[in-house]
This record gives sequence, structure tokens and C-alpha cells, in this order.
Amino acid sequence: MLFHSGKFVAGFVIFAIMLFIPIIVPLFNRTPPLKMTGGLFYAPGTYVSVSDAVNSDSKVISLDTLANKLAAKVSDKDIVLMNEWLTNYSSMKKAEVAKAAKDKGALTSMWLSAYDPEIRVEGTSAHRKEFSRLFNSLNTMLSNADYQVVTADSDGSYTVVKDLTTKDFVRVQDMPNHITYVLGTDNFGRDVFIELMSAIKTSLKIGLVAGTIAMLIGLTLGLLSGYLGGWADNIISFFTNMFIVIPSFIILVLISVSVGSAGRNITTVAFVIGLTSWPWTARAVRAQTLSLKNRDHVNLSKLSGHSLGTIIVSDILPYVASYVVMAYILQISSGILSEAQLSMLGLGPSSTKVTTLGVMMNWAIRFQAPLSDAWWAFVPVILSITLVSFSLNLMNTGLDQVFNPQLRD
Amino acid sequence: MAVLQTPARSFIGVYMNGYMKYFGKKIVWYLITFFFAIALNFLLPRLIPGNPLASLISSATAGMTDSAAIQKIKEEYFHLYGLDKSIPEQFIIFIKNLFHGDFGRSTQTGESVSKLISDSVWWTLALQLPAIMIGWTLGNILGALAAYIKGAFDKGIFPFFLFLSNIPAFGLAIIMLYIFGIKLKIAPIGGSYAANLIPSFSWKFIASVIQYYQMPFWSIVIVAIGGQAIGMRSMSIYELNADYVKYSRFLGIKDRVIVKYVFRNAMLPQITGLALSLGTMIGGALVAETIFSYNGLGMKMMNAITAQDYPMISACTLLITIGVLIANFAVDIIYGFVDPRVKAAQD
Repeated sequence: MLFHSGKFVAGFVIFAIMLFIPIIVPLFNRTPPLKMTGGLFYAPGTYVSVSDAVNSDSKVISLDTLANKLAAKVSDKDIVLMNEWLTNYSSMKKAEVAKAAKDKGALTSMWLSAYDPEIRVEGTSAHRKEFSRLFNSLNTMLSNADYQVVTADSDGSYTVVKDLTTKDFVRVQDMPNHITYVLGTDNFGRDVFIELMSAIKTSLKIGLVAGTIAMLIGLTLGLLSGYLGGWADNIISFFTNMFIVIPSFIILVLISVSVGSAGRNITTVAFVIGLTSWPWTARAVRAQTLSLKNRDHVNLSKLSGHSLGTIIVSDILPYVASYVVMAYILQISSGILSEAQLSMLGLGPSSTKVTTLGVMMNWAIRFQAPLSDAWWAFVPVILSITLVSFSLNLMNTGLDQVFNPQLRD
Repeated sequence: MAVLQTPARSFIGVYMNGYMKYFGKKIVWYLITFFFAIALNFLLPRLIPGNPLASLISSATAGMTDSAAIQKIKEEYFHLYGLDKSIPEQFIIFIKNLFHGDFGRSTQTGESVSKLISDSVWWTLALQLPAIMIGWTLGNILGALAAYIKGAFDKGIFPFFLFLSNIPAFGLAIIMLYIFGIKLKIAPIGGSYAANLIPSFSWKFIASVIQYYQMPFWSIVIVAIGGQAIGMRSMSIYELNADYVKYSRFLGIKDRVIVKYVFRNAMLPQITGLALSLGTMIGGALVAETIFSYNGLGMKMMNAITAQDYPMISACTLLITIGVLIANFAVDIIYGFVDPRVKAAQD
């Protein structure tokens, strides 16, 4: 029945992927999630030891290394600069320059041969310096000269170890020291990918614990107030409605501040989130119970002398179960979000062994990752939070359609 | 309440009675809730064993070895913050100060907290009120459209809105900041107005405020649209399948007229929905504020948390709670006028 709903299946699959990747990855890569190996915001990629590269056997490969270098290193801004210089300060004809401008290599070589540092360029001194800087960097980059690797002896003399030409290549796999940062490193130089896997796992745990607590409290209070009615109902409903109106996020902040950073570990944060997010469930379960309590089977059970506990558990609970499951799913997702928001304000769990999605976000912002162009430090985290929460909500919608035939497509 | 009821009876008579009862009940209920919220704000930090002054005292006594001297400093701090009195006594002082708008002194600067945050309240209000209202309105229209048009529009738009509503507000804020502020450089990367301007009623200043307002505003609106559209969609589908719609169609009433009824009926739960989700939305929006260093309560609260400035944190949380309560009260009052059943239930 459940798996006939496309939305439920889609949500379930996304959730399963988000759950299993963080479980599987640590089996293959046993790096502790918070080990600092790199430095501040290293970009994603494979990092190879330079001395290993020198020591490895090199193979000659005929590639136009120069063209590749040009394509990779000469930016659009550099082209604009070269164009500006050639049209304004060289003896070249405009048509000639325009023709060369279509090809990075042609333009660069034309500019390198025409450039004269003695000619004074109009504009600010910073703008003037840009030209000489570009000239120097291109000159070093494009010099096709061979390199010699030397070691310095204790008496100050050098011994040539190796000659390197621009056609020399080494195999990455031959190098004993290389490391791949799939998603770069964070502000502490930790592997973002490994960290993210651990964070997803921890955040899911927090969501699960918080959701379970919220569900248990909400279910108990909702069943009791709905079934008992009278004074019990009045008091419970009064507090439920009150806690719905008073923003739970604020209560969360107040408690977290009071507990202090020493007291905030993964478990307490999960508990506190659970303790503040039950009112929704309580209210809905109460409404459902209210409509159930005068059904015939419940009255029959009462007449048979069954105890309060038995009636609630065996005659009412099964009827609200479908709703409770749906609410539980939403509680998990809102628990994950609450943790992230709390951590963003600096009230996240403090731990030296694991991290959470919110704490990762908080560090990325504190170290100005967006300004450093380090998208890998925050985009994957936001995407993970969104996907987990999206998949849970999709499952919830799917369930809703299964239980509420009116909502089916 | 009694004061309100007497003239109402003489002017509009029995007709208004239902409303008065409803509003009277609401006012009393909100007053109690309001008192309870203040009590929570007061009690929570005091109930939890780790005392809020611990860090202040430990930094003041750092390096001291004489336990008598440490004790003395401790007592001085307790006296300074009024913690040496009994809890009921402290509560009475707390309430008294509150009515004078006195939230104590910031432990960071020693300045009066109410002076420090009086500006931020308006910035937050000016950002969140319009953003949530516009997001809510747009979301409801789009949700109703998705339910009415169905087909490819609904199939495509529903998962999209669901995805949108699940991006945390601060996440969208960071991504917008990164794309528009840093990559495309078409929006400022933070603040409430250009740093070289002094707040004034000049065109230049207002233009700058509007420019800096865009990103925080849209990041809140977009997230709100997603959530509201989903709620409105399922409400509208529910109503479109209701018996009265089938009966009206059977009678040959025009679709345009039916859609009006459906929209009105589906709207009602959305209004209560707005009241109930306001707290959550504002929580998210406050965090989004901090991303843009927007000069609001969210930013103040985050700074206060970083500096462990308890009087400041307490003032921020209290103001936000009061704001949410007032907004909820307003929604409840509007609901009373919009839903005819409210009056009927009270008669």
C-alpha cells in the first residue's frame, strides 16, 4: 500500500541514501572525522606530495603542455588587460589585435613580445602595476626551460638530483603521499567530506532522539487530555496552547544559554529540542482522541471493565497510530532544523569527537567561507539539511495521501 | 471586558455579543499566556543549576587564590544582579523593571540594554512583518492555483515548493549572499545600510536601506512561500473534493463562483496556520538576519550569546516572545471576523 505512493517511495529512497552513505563511507575511510590534515579552506581535489613527484620515475608524454597551461591560467581579466595594452600602447593595428584576441595563445605571445615596461600606462598606480605583474607571471609560467632539482650539502655546495623537462609526467598512483579532499577542507583544515558524513549521522541521531521524546510526550498528553476530558483536559490543553503560541525556538535558546557550553553535548541538545517540540503532536492527538472516545467499541470496552490503560492502548492508540507516525516524521525533520538553527547562533552541542550539520555551518560562517569563495564549506551542508528534511516531508506527504484518499492525485 | 460589553450592547445589541465574548476570552487568555511567558523568561535561567554569572565571576577571579576574596567577589556580583534576594522577590523586581522598560545593564558595555536594543526592534519588525505577510499571501495564491490547475503544473510545482520550504532560512540566505553578493556582486554583502551613511531621512539613506533590505527580505519570503503553498494546496484539494462543490457543480453554478467559495473555506485554516507557525517562522528568520549582519534582534541576540551577555539575551528573547504573542493575538482577532462560525459558536 505504502509503496504505491510515488511520493513516499521517492522520499524513502532519498532518505535511505542520506542514511546509508554516512554509514558506509567510514567503513572504507577510517580517518577520524575531526582530524585536521589540511589548512584553511583548501579547494576540493587531489593533493600530491611535491617531493614524491620529484622522486618518482617520470615518463615522457607528448602533450601541448603550453596550450593547456595557457587555457587554465590566463583568465578573462588577463585577456582584457592584454587587449587594452595592445590597442592603446603598441604599434599593432587594431584589426590585427582583434584577430589575435580570439586565440589565447596568439594574444599572449603577441603581448609578451610587444610589452614594454617603460611605456607609461594611464590610470591608477594599482592599474599600472597589474600589467607588470601579469607580464612577470606569464613569463615564468611560459618559460619552457627545464628545471633542475638540487640538494644542498652541509658545506653549501649543490648536487643535481634530477633534470625536469616540461614533458615529464608522473603517475598519481605511484606516489606514496597523496590525499583526495572530495569536498575540500574546512576552516580547521579538516576533510569536509568525512566531516559531513559524521555530521549527517549525528544530526539524524539528534533528530531521532528529539522526535521520539516529542512524540512520547505529545502522545501521552494528547491521549490523556482527549480521553479523560474535564479538568485534566482543560489543564493540559491550556498548557499545550500556551506552548504553541510561545515560540519554542526562544525557549530552546533560553534553556541552551542556561545550561552553558559545558553542559551542551549531543544528548542534552537532543533532549532539550524534544522537550520543546511536543505541543503540536499533543494538540492533534487530542483532537483525534476526542472524536474516537465515544465510538461503540470504546464504550464496549469500558462496559467490559477494562482499565484506562488498556482502553487507551488497545482501543484508541491503533486509530491514531497513522497520524502519530506522520507527526513523528515531521518531528524528526524539525529536530534536525532546530539543532542547525541553534548551532548557527552559537548554542550548538560542544564535542571534540563528532560534529553536527549546524556546527559545521556555524564554523563556515564564522570564518567567512562565502567571502573566501569556499563554497564547499557550506553548500554541501545546506544541501544535506535540505535533502534530509525534504525526503522526510515527501514521505509524510505520501503517507498523508495513503491515509487520506481525498488528497490522492 | 465589562467596560467593552456595556456600550456594545446598547449600540449594536445582541448581534455583537458573540464577538465580544470571543474577544473577551481571547484577551484574558493572551494576558495569562503573556504573564506565563514572562515567568518562563525569568525562571528558566534561574532554575538550571549552572548559574548565569559563573563565567563572569570566573573571569573576575582568574588567578586569585584567596577563597575568602573569591567568595566576596561572588557575593558582590550576586548583589549587583539582584541574585542574593529570594526568587519571588527577584520576580517582583523583574516585573517592576519590565514595566519601566528597564532590562538591566549589558555585561559587555555596561550600557542600558533597552537603549542598546530599542533600534533593533524596529529593524526586525520592518523586515519580518512585510516579508512574512507577502510570503504568506503569495504562497496561498500559488498553492490554490496548483490545486485548481492540477496536471503538469501541480506535478512540477509541488515537489519544487516542498524542496523550497525545506531549505533552512539561513541556508537560503547564505546561498543568496554567495551568488548575488559575492559572485555576481549585484547586492551588498551585509549590514542594513551603506557603512559610510548616518541614519537620516534623506533620499540617499532611504535608497541605501532599500538596497540592503532586498536580500534578507527575499530570503524570508521565498522560504515562507514554499511552506504556505504546500498547506494551501492540500487544503484546496480537500475543499475541491467536498460535497458542496460537487453539489454546486451539479446545480450548474459557474466554476468561477465555486472557486471563490473553495478559496474562502481553504483560507480559514491557513489563517490559523499562520498564527501557529509564526513562532517557527520568526525563529528561522532571526537566524537568517544574522547571515546578512542585518541590524535586528537576531544579530543582537547572537552577539549577546557569543559574549554571554545575559541581560541582553533575556531582553531579546522577551521582546521576540512579546512580538510573536501580539502577532498571534492580531491573527486571532482577524480570524474572529473572517470566520462566521466563531460568532455562531459563542451565541
